[in-house]
Amino acid sequence: MKEEAPSLPRRLERQSAVGLLRQMLRIRRFEEKSAELYSAMKIRGFLHLYIGEEAVAAGMMSALTPDDGVVSTYREHGHALARGVPARRIMAEMFGKMEGCSRGRGGSMHLFDAATRFYGGNAIVGGGLPIAVGLGLADKMQRRPRVTCCLFGEGAVAEGEFHESMNLAVLWRLPVLFVCENNLYAMGTALSRSESVTDIARKAAAYGMESQSVDGMDVLAVEAIASVAVATIRETSNPRFLEFKTYRFRAHSMFDPELYRTKAEVEQWKKRDPIVLLTSKLLQESLITNTDVEVLEKEIAAEIDDAVQFAEAGTWEPVEELTRFVHTEQQLT
Amino acid sequence: MSRITYREAIRQSIREAIQRDSRVFLMGEDVGAYGGCFAVSKGLLEEFGPERIRDTPLSESAFVGAGIGAAMGGMRPIVEIMTVNFSLLALDQILNTAATYLHMSGGQFNIPLVIRMATGAGRQLAAQHAHSLEGWYAHIPGIKVLVPATLEDARGMLLTALEDPDPVLIFEHTSLYNMEGDLADNAGPVEIQRARVMRPGRDATIVTYGASLFKAIEAANKLAADGIECEVVDLRALRLLDTDTLINSVKRTHRALIVDEGWRSGSISAEISARIMENAFYDLDTPVDRICSAEVPMPYAKHLEYAALPQIETIVGKIRTMAGKAA
Repeated sequence: MKEEAPSLPRRLERQSAVGLLRQMLRIRRFEEKSAELYSAMKIRGFLHLYIGEEAVAAGMMSALTPDDGVVSTYREHGHALARGVPARRIMAEMFGKMEGCSRGRGGSMHLFDAATRFYGGNAIVGGGLPIAVGLGLADKMQRRPRVTCCLFGEGAVAEGEFHESMNLAVLWRLPVLFVCENNLYAMGTALSRSESVTDIARKAAAYGMESQSVDGMDVLAVEAIASVAVATIRETSNPRFLEFKTYRFRAHSMFDPELYRTKAEVEQWKKRDPIVLLTSKLLQESLITNTDVEVLEKEIAAEIDDAVQFAEAGTWEPVEELTRFVHTEQQLT
Repeated sequence: MSRITYREAIRQSIREAIQRDSRVFLMGEDVGAYGGCFAVSKGLLEEFGPERIRDTPLSESAFVGAGIGAAMGGMRPIVEIMTVNFSLLALDQILNTAATYLHMSGGQFNIPLVIRMATGAGRQLAAQHAHSLEGWYAHIPGIKVLVPATLEDARGMLLTALEDPDPVLIFEHTSLYNMEGDLADNAGPVEIQRARVMRPGRDATIVTYGASLFKAIEAANKLAADGIECEVVDLRALRLLDTDTLINSVKRTHRALIVDEGWRSGSISAEISARIMENAFYDLDTPVDRICSAEVPMPYAKHLEYAALPQIETIVGKIRTMAGKAA
């Protein structure tokens, strides 16, 4: 079911390329700050960093319109940032403050934002896929030209919900884009140690879904292919599957001594750092200067400082409100 | 008034909901072409077509999850799961998603989803089709658990559930589907906050729900012949549990027997017993007692299944003992 890759834009457009670079840098710096704040014990619980995988979020979200929906995973800070959830509200959420995007009820793994149709932040591997199917079903039944983008890691492919959802989405022809971020390890279990067939795109294809495997470290490729996929889904209302091959540079979470992979492997992948790749390409083609990069970095540093200050200044929800949001309030009697 | 079965009452409410609200649809295994495992949705596919009466593959987790997504996307899905035992395949979606999203999202995403399923034993369906796990579901904050026993509730609770902004699970006891009675033609939504005293009495309160309600009423009628007057309370909802009605009844009768088809250990009957102890301890003349299913997976053989379940004669015997009038 694989198809020809769409032709990539021959001439880089400065504005959009710089936009992608900015998104990736925002995510990278936000995650670095998060790690720091975790060590400082401002952020607690589980913290899963997205460093190394930024090209997928930046390229993918740039292909969506505000009307589209996003279903995400527990490694979702980057998805949320690129989708437009304000950095302030994400940081405040991780601090557990009431000003957080989930009011401090969710934390790092459960970022939610109705304004940008960001449906979480799901920490059950594979659990988001059926939800995306349902969002797609609602769009189809209400004749809305929306696409639901459903992100998950390659670990989800081993779950029954993956297979059930693939089948249902094709069977009912639902406008869902399934996006597999294949970073090669489900926590510490290498793909080859958990799957009898490691070519993930083939699994989707087995259900009759158009599927494609893409270099997830090349943000321009991600964006180009994602845009084609989104446009096609909107036009045909058929689901599609994209596998982005990527790599997480940091540990699975803050509790991971990384016994399952070698430093050499990590270093090898870091040579394909998506931010470095795009920056050098833009410098090489004289679309940006080092000064431009410095300016970007400064702007991003200011945004993140602001987010941290906002989170620090946030309020703790009064304990009297503990049992709110178990039922919708207006109809409770 | 019309003569109607429990099954038809549910079918009527599904029909009415689909007719009056374009967002409502039914989905589940064999709800369409087959007409529903227990024939509840028979004829609805022909009436409403495959968009609104949607057959699903045997993918409980995916179609329950799809119901959740569709509900967040503005629809009002009714998801049918064949039996409570199969619902365990969708437990992840029910517990980890449906019950949690409103809270985890800080109040942003409510899930107006209705899930119906068959529960209970009595038809020799053995240990993978006939358990009563509704009490388990009642453990979970974020969902509501309804157990309609009467025709009025069979018809009304589904309509009420569809008006609820949050997930509602409805448990239909398989032995009730053929129950026949009179129902007002204009029967509509019913309130779900209150348990109901189905039979007044002064000597003991029998707290029950679902199909056991009718065993309790029959037991109460037999006991009345001996001069023991039992009050029978139909819980109607296991979550949220109406403690007030229970306690008021126990304060009048000073004795309480809980009849529940679920297993005894860690059960809804244990919860009810605890609430009576917490709220009416000094009003009790005898300890709270319980009749539950035997702690075995449900057996197939008819006599063993009968022995495993609460029965009229066990209720009668237990109440006589409690009232100090053992036969």
